[in-house]
Amino acid sequence: MLQLAWLIPVLPLIGFLIIGLANKKLPKAVVGFVGCGSILGSFAIVLTLLTEVLNGTIQSETLTYFNWISAGSLDIKLSFLIDPLSVTMMTIITGVGFLIHLYSAGYMSHDEGFARYFAYLNLFVFSMLILVMGSNFLVLFAGWEGVGLCSYLLIGFWFKNNDYNNAAKKAFIMNRIGDLGFLLGMLLIIVTFGSLEYSAVFEQAQTIFKPGVAQPVLIAITLLLFLGATGKSAQIPLYTWLPDAMAGPTPVSALIHAATMVTAGIYMIVRSNVLFSLAPFTLEVIEIIGLTTALFAATIGLVQNDIKKVLAYSTVSQLGYMFFALGMGAYSTAIFHVATHAFFKALLFLGAGSVIHAMSGEQDIRSMGGLWKKLPITFATFIIGTVAIAGIPPFAGFFSKDEILAHAYEHSPILWALGVLGALMTTFYMFRLVFLTFFGSFRGTEHQKSHLHESPLIMTIPLMVLAVLSIIGGFVGVPEVLGGHNFLKSFLSPIIAPINQHTGHALSHSTELMLMGISVGAVLLVIIIAAIVYISKKAVPSPEGSDLSAPHKVLYNKYYIDEIYRTLVVKPLYWLGDIFYKVFEIRIIDNFVNAWGKGVDRGSAGLRFLQNGSISFYMFAMVIGIILILFFNTIIKL
Amino acid sequence: MTEKVLSILIFLPLVGLIPLLVLPKSRSGIYKYINLAVCLLQTILAVFVFCLYSKPGLVTDPIYGLFKLTERLNWITIDLGNIGRLSINYFIGLDGLNVTMVLLSAIVMLIAAISSWSVEKHLKGYYALLLILNTSVLGCFLSLDLFLFFLFFEFMLLPMYFLIGIWGGPRREYASIKFFLYTLAGSLLILAVIIGLYFSVADPVETSVRLGLAENIEAVTVNDVSNVQGMLQSKQIPKRAIVHSFNIPDMTSPKNFIPGSVFHVFTKINFMGLPIRMAAFLALLLGFLIKLPAVPFHTWLPDAHVEAPTPVSVILAGILLKIGGYGLIRTVLPVFPEGMVYFGSFISFLAVLSIVYAAMNALGMKDLKKMIAYSSVSHMGFVLLGIASGTPEGINGAIFQMFSHGILSSGLFLAAGVLYDRTHDRGIENYRGLASKMPVYTIAVTILFFASLGLPVFSGFIGELFSLLGAFHSSTTNGLVPYWMSITAVLGILIGATYFLWTLQRMFFGKFWISKNITFNNKFNDLNSREMIMLVPLIIITLVLGVFPGILLEPVSDSVEVLIGQIFSSGLDNLKTMQNFRSL
Repeated sequence: MLQLAWLIPVLPLIGFLIIGLANKKLPKAVVGFVGCGSILGSFAIVLTLLTEVLNGTIQSETLTYFNWISAGSLDIKLSFLIDPLSVTMMTIITGVGFLIHLYSAGYMSHDEGFARYFAYLNLFVFSMLILVMGSNFLVLFAGWEGVGLCSYLLIGFWFKNNDYNNAAKKAFIMNRIGDLGFLLGMLLIIVTFGSLEYSAVFEQAQTIFKPGVAQPVLIAITLLLFLGATGKSAQIPLYTWLPDAMAGPTPVSALIHAATMVTAGIYMIVRSNVLFSLAPFTLEVIEIIGLTTALFAATIGLVQNDIKKVLAYSTVSQLGYMFFALGMGAYSTAIFHVATHAFFKALLFLGAGSVIHAMSGEQDIRSMGGLWKKLPITFATFIIGTVAIAGIPPFAGFFSKDEILAHAYEHSPILWALGVLGALMTTFYMFRLVFLTFFGSFRGTEHQKSHLHESPLIMTIPLMVLAVLSIIGGFVGVPEVLGGHNFLKSFLSPIIAPINQHTGHALSHSTELMLMGISVGAVLLVIIIAAIVYISKKAVPSPEGSDLSAPHKVLYNKYYIDEIYRTLVVKPLYWLGDIFYKVFEIRIIDNFVNAWGKGVDRGSAGLRFLQNGSISFYMFAMVIGIILILFFNTIIKL
Repeated sequence: MTEKVLSILIFLPLVGLIPLLVLPKSRSGIYKYINLAVCLLQTILAVFVFCLYSKPGLVTDPIYGLFKLTERLNWITIDLGNIGRLSINYFIGLDGLNVTMVLLSAIVMLIAAISSWSVEKHLKGYYALLLILNTSVLGCFLSLDLFLFFLFFEFMLLPMYFLIGIWGGPRREYASIKFFLYTLAGSLLILAVIIGLYFSVADPVETSVRLGLAENIEAVTVNDVSNVQGMLQSKQIPKRAIVHSFNIPDMTSPKNFIPGSVFHVFTKINFMGLPIRMAAFLALLLGFLIKLPAVPFHTWLPDAHVEAPTPVSVILAGILLKIGGYGLIRTVLPVFPEGMVYFGSFISFLAVLSIVYAAMNALGMKDLKKMIAYSSVSHMGFVLLGIASGTPEGINGAIFQMFSHGILSSGLFLAAGVLYDRTHDRGIENYRGLASKMPVYTIAVTILFFASLGLPVFSGFIGELFSLLGAFHSSTTNGLVPYWMSITAVLGILIGATYFLWTLQRMFFGKFWISKNITFNNKFNDLNSREMIMLVPLIIITLVLGVFPGILLEPVSDSVEVLIGQIFSSGLDNLKTMQNFRSL
C-alpha cells in the first residue's frame, strides 16, 4: 500500500480543488459527497497502511517524491515518512476528520457558504496530513503554516461579523509568533546539522551531543521549536487565541481546535524527541509551562458560561497535560492522550454543536437546562464524553490521564497532586456544564423552546461512533497493573530515543493502584459536589453585569490576559507603526531629502539675485570688490 | 537566429515602435495591440531563452567562461594617444545572474501591457515610452559592457519620468521629479566610478590583438589572455598599446587592473579618508541602493508608486527595483569584492533596517498603494540581506526573491489598480466588507497577501527562507551578518503578517460599506476577464515556483558559486594586500 501513500493527502487536495474551483456551481449534495468522500478514501488507505505497520510489514519507510529545494549545500526533498507515529496521527486525522465532515454536512446544510466551508475543511485535512507525513522539518512547516491558514479562514468563516474576523486575525498572528520560533529553530538546525531530514538530524544529534552535557545550541533549538508549539498548541503565553477561535463553526472547533491542529505541537515535539531528550533544560521548561497551562486554563473554565468557551479552556488545559507529559519525557503517553482527547473532545464539541443547533444558535448555558428530554442521543453521548474526560474507568480518558499522573508521581508527589487538582477542576466544570445544560428546567425563551429538536442522523451517527471510541479508545494503552501491556507504548517505541526508553514504571503496582484509587475517588466526590450545587440546589450562574466576588470576577475575565496583551503589545505595535510613518518617515528622512531640493532652490534664489541685470548693481558690486581687494592687499603687506 | 536571440529580445520593442509612430492618431486603437504583440513575442522568446539556458548543451563563451549566447561588436573605438585606446563594445550575454531577470522582465512587461488597456490619455506617447522602457530594461539586464549597461540604465529614467509625470495622479509632478533627481543622483555616483574603472582596466582580449598576438578578437585564446595579463602586471606593455574597455567580466579579475591606475589594488589614493577602492565601492553601492531601494534612501518610492498609473507601478515594482539588486550582484560585488568583505555588516544592517522599518511603516499606512509600496521595500530588504550574507544560499535566495517579489508585487499593484479603476480611491479605511460585493477579487487578493506574507508553497516563502538561511550561515561562517541581525530580520515576517491581515480584515471583511466621499459609477463589478487574465497567471507562477523552486534555482547556482569565489578569494586577497600595503 506504500505506493498509494501519496494519495492520502492528495485526495483531500483534489476535493479542495473540485469544490473550490466549482464553488457555488455544484449542488450541496455533490459538495458534501466530494468533501466527505475524499476524506473517507484517505481513511481507507490509512487503515491499510496501519494494518501493515501493525503486522510489521512496514517499520519505517521514507517515500521520496522529488527534490523540493536544493541550493548550496542544502538539499530538501518532498518526502513522506510512514512509521508508527505518523500512521497513528494519520488515523486520528482522517478517522475523526471523516466523522466531523459527515457531521458538518448536516450542521452546515443551511449555510450559503456550504461549498466554501467544505473546500476549506478539505484543504485543512490536506495540510494536516502533510504536517504529520513529512519526513523533514520543512515539509512539516509547510503543513504547519497550511493548517494555520485554514484555521484563519475557518475562524473567520462568517466574515460579515467583525468580532469573528478579529478572532481569526488574532489566531493567525499569535500562531505566527510561534512560527517565527519554529522558523528560527529550523534555521539553527540547518546551520548545526546541515540538513532538515529527521533521520539525518537525529542521527547526528545522537553522535555529536552526549546526554548529560549542557548543549547551548540544542537548548536554543529545542526552546525555539517549543515556542512554535506554544503557538499552535495554545500554551502559555500564546494560548489566548484558542478560546476566541470558537467564533468558527462548531465542527471546525471540534476538528481543528480540539482534535487535530492544536495537537500539532505535541506531534512535533514527539517527532523530535531525540533533540528534546538531549536538552533536559527545555524539558523542564515544557513541564512547567504544560502544568501551569493545565491548571491556569482549568481555573478559567470553572466560571465560563459559554458552552464552547468552557470546552475551549478545557482543551487548553488538556493540551497542557500533554505538554506536562512531554516535559517528563513520557512521549508515548502524550500521544496516547492526544488520541483519547481527540475522541472525547471531538465528541463534546460536536455534542455542543448539536445543542447549539437545537437552541437556534444560543451558546449561553444560563439559557439552557433540561435538554436531555428533547435531545436524548446528544445527551447520552455528551455524558459519555464528560465521563471520559473526567477520567472514570474504563473510559478512554482514564487510562491516558492516569498514565500522565503516574509519571508525575514518579517525578514528585507534588506534581502528582497538582495534576490531580487539575483533573478535579476539569471534572467540576465539565459536570457543571452537563448539569446546567441537560438537567433542571429549561431557562431559554419560548421561541427557542418550541424549536428544540434532536439533530438529524447525519449528525448523531458521528456522535455515536465517537462515543464508542471514547469508551473503548483507552484500551490501546492499558497499564500493566490493570493486566494490560500498554500496547501503544510498545507500538511507538521505535521512534522514541533510546535514552528515553529506560523511563519505565518505577512505581510499584500497589502504589500505582493506590494513586488510581485516590484520583478516581476524588473525581467521584467532585461529581457529587457538582450534582448537589447544580441539580439539588439548582444554582445558576449569575447573569451578565451582576456583581461578582473579586476572585470570581478575575476568573470570569480570564485573568485580564487579553486586556494586558492589548495594552502591552497590540496597541503599542499599531501606535509604533503610526509613529514610524509620521515621525521617522515624514519628519526625519523625507524632510532631509526634500531639504536638498529646498536648499538648491534657496541657493539658486540667492545666486539669481546677483544676476539681476541691473548695471548700477554690477558697478556697485565691482567698486566694493575693488575696495576689498585693496584693503586685503594692505593688510597682507602689513 | 539562436546566436542573435538576445539582441532580438532587446530591440524587438524598437521595431514595434516604427508602426506605432507611423500609424495616425485616428488608428490609436491599434497601439495597444502593437505593444501587446511585442510583449507577447518577447515573452515567448524569453521563455525559449530560459529553457535553452537551463538545459545543458549551449556553448559557453570561449574566454568569459560562464557566459552563454554572447554577442560582441565593436561600437566606439578612439585612439587616445598616450592614454591608450578607448574601446566600447556592444557586448551582451547570458549567465545565471541575469537569465531569470530577463524572464521576469518579459513577463512583467506583458502583464503591464494588458494592464495598460485602461489608459486613455495620449496613447501614442504612452505606448512609445513603454516600448522604449522595455528595450532599456532588457538591455540593462543583458549588457556585459559597463558603458552599455549605464546607457540603458540611464535611459530607463526618461520614459519613467514622463510615464509618471504625464499619466500619473494629482501629485505626479512632485513624484516624478523626486524620482528623477533621486535616481539621477545615484547614477552620478555610478558614473564617477565607471570613469575611474575605465582608466584602470585593460581589456586583455583587445590588447592582445593590438599587440599582434592574435589576428582578431575571435582568434584570441585563453593563453593569450593570461600572457597579456602577466605582461600587464609586470608593466611590459607600453601605455599607448593598452586597450581600455568597459568590459564587466574583465573588471572582475584583479589581473586586468593596470598597475599605477586609480583602482589598482596598490593604489595609494585616498578619497575623504577612505582608500579610493573602498570609496568607489561605497559610491557604486549607494547608487544601486537608491534603486533597490534600501532604507533610508527609499522615500522616492512610495511617492512614485502612489502617483504612477497602475501599469507603471507594476513595472516599477516588478522590474526596475530589481535592477538595483542586479546591479549589486553584477557589478559592485565582483568588481570591488573587498568592499563587500569589509562593509558586509554595514550592508546587512541596512537590509535589516529596510525589512523592519518599512514593515512598521506599512503597518501605519492608510493608503492601500502606499502600504504595498512599503511592503515592497520591506521585501526587497530580504534581497539585500541575502546579498550581504555572501553565502550561496543567500545570493541564490536574493535572486529568487527578486523574481518572486517581481511577480507578487506586480500582482499586488494590479489588485490595488482594480479597486482604483472602479472608485478612484485607495483609502484603506474607506472600504469595508468588499468580500460580499467582489468575492473573486477578494480571493485573488487573499492569495496574493498570503503569498506575500511568506506562506510555504508560495514563492515568497522560498526567497525569504533562503535569504534568512544565508544570513544564519553567514553568522556562523563568515560573520558578515551578525546573529542579532538575522534574528531581527525574522521579525519582519511577523510584522508582514500583521499589516497584510489587518488590511484584509479592514477592507474585505465585515459588512459592506464604503465611505460617502467615494463617487463611483454605481457598478461594483467583480473582476472582469481582462483582470483575470493578468492576475491568474501571476498566482499560478508564484504557486509553481513555491512548489518547484528548482526551476529558478538550478540555472542560477553555477554563476552564484563563481561569484562567491570571486568575493572571497579576490576580496580577501585584495583586502590583505591593501592592508599590508597601506596599513589600513
